[in-house]
Amino acid sequence: MGLPTLEQMQLQHAAAQVNALHAELIDDDRLEEWPDLFEENCRYSVISAENHNRSLNLAAVFCDSRGMLVDRIVSLRRANIFPAHSYRHILGPTRVKSTSGQIVTTQTNYVVLMTRNDGQTSIYNSGKYVDEIDVSGAAPRFLSKTAIFDTHLIDTMMVRPI
Amino acid sequence: MSIRQQTDAFDQAPSTAGCRVPYRVFTDRQYYDREQENIFKGNCWSFVGLEAEVPQAGDFKSTFVGETPVILTRDSDGSLHVVVNRCAHRGALVCREMRGNRASLECVYHQWAYDLKGNLIGVPFRRGLKGQGGMPGDFDMSQHNLRQLRTETVGGLVFASFSETVESCRDFLGPIVVEQIERIMCKPITVLGDQRQRIRGNWKLYAENTRDPYHASLLHLFHNTFGLYRSTQTGEALMDANKRHSLLYSIAASNDDAADKQAYGDARTFDTEFKLQDMSLLKGRQEFADNVTLVILAVYPNLVLQQIQNTLAVRQTVTYGPDEFELVWTHFGYQDDDAEMQAIRLKQANLIGPAGLISMEDGEAVEIVQDAIVGEASATSYIAMGGGRAEDADHLVTEGAIIGFWDNYREMVGFDLEPA
Repeated sequence: MGLPTLEQMQLQHAAAQVNALHAELIDDDRLEEWPDLFEENCRYSVISAENHNRSLNLAAVFCDSRGMLVDRIVSLRRANIFPAHSYRHILGPTRVKSTSGQIVTTQTNYVVLMTRNDGQTSIYNSGKYVDEIDVSGAAPRFLSKTAIFDTHLIDTMMVRPI
Repeated sequence: MSIRQQTDAFDQAPSTAGCRVPYRVFTDRQYYDREQENIFKGNCWSFVGLEAEVPQAGDFKSTFVGETPVILTRDSDGSLHVVVNRCAHRGALVCREMRGNRASLECVYHQWAYDLKGNLIGVPFRRGLKGQGGMPGDFDMSQHNLRQLRTETVGGLVFASFSETVESCRDFLGPIVVEQIERIMCKPITVLGDQRQRIRGNWKLYAENTRDPYHASLLHLFHNTFGLYRSTQTGEALMDANKRHSLLYSIAASNDDAADKQAYGDARTFDTEFKLQDMSLLKGRQEFADNVTLVILAVYPNLVLQQIQNTLAVRQTVTYGPDEFELVWTHFGYQDDDAEMQAIRLKQANLIGPAGLISMEDGEAVEIVQDAIVGEASATSYIAMGGGRAEDADHLVTEGAIIGFWDNYREMVGFDLEPA
């Protein structure tokens, strides 16, 4: 195995950066900016490994357009009732699994810590992202993002994106 | 301002309208323990799974009746069995996987083996090894089976009971519940997946929640906003003859915005002008000739069967203790669903479950009660919307089915346990 080429390093860096920004926008409650990280015709799903590993497609969250992502956020802000909480994503290294033209497929481990009003922080969700990232534009964007979570027991509810 | 405590006068005469439930039934371990004995191990049928989860001979699924671990199996002859997941030897879990397929059940500790009905079929070194050890001469394999529960199915839903005396499952459910189960389970189903939700509250708060159409349009604001369900819509709240179970349903009727605004008055704000960017979320098909778009069938003690638009699911309650339970949502469709129908169901799944846009609040509703009643020994709730009696209603502004639940609970568990 040789050293990575400059292009491979650039792709890896771009993919890691967009994942870091994804986490930052959610954790810092800049949710209105979050859908902008996705292509118009994107897919975003949060699915338990329990279902995914059985080839069952039922997801906790499944969106197949940027509009649906916006709707999730508007619903969170205006309609849904939930315990006050914040997230903190801890991301593992992003690995480029394959590239096809301007589309990079990557995998990234994550842990989402949740802090509720009582001040306790707990591991809320842990799993891996499998992403398709379009690097053709000025900024990389997710063509698809799938969060496959091991923590199939969801604590109370899931209102914020993972 | 004076602080008025609610009284603990819950042992009211039956003629008194309104129901008062002492909050300690949600927090005191004594009630929880008695529920396990008198309800989950008592004269009840508990939901344990769908036949479609164990379609093949040898398929099994680990689950719970109340807090007791059980295994649902399908034997080689196609019959279904439910056994306690506890080895007859020294009490180890016999089945440590969530689901799978096996010819027999074998405890890993000492490899005692059971057939899929739960009968003991093998004990290693039963006659000793090289003349040493072995079980006593009078050891009778047939006396050491897994604890076998009565198992019956209704419309592909599998129920189990510890009781030898309880009526048949069909009679326990009653005609209204059976009819509703058979309405939804009208043709072969296919499981789409599970969702598991841990709620830090007492399981009975969720039993109340699912018998409570009053909260639906007030707590779940997403739902309202799109006219999927409103208290002003046509609907009914019905119970079985014993008032254990509850059927809430509504029919897609014309929505009248003016009437809604009047009905809600100054209730918590919601925005009827709210528009989705992507309306495909609400795309669906009319599946049932009766035009009913919402069914919440709460089956005592641990099941909800639901149809919300085109989402079909069972929700099973697993108790962890007085202040914690798990809800297991198993979504399904029909085997003859075309690709578009499958896509509709998977997209509409966004509406329900722990991340459901219209139902995620129920977990929070349970927890804010549990948090508020901590340590409360005498105060009670007050349940009276719709008249305060366990009566059917031809509308959805009622809490009658909650009172029906408590009438049954009082009979099986009682409210009068002495503080520990």
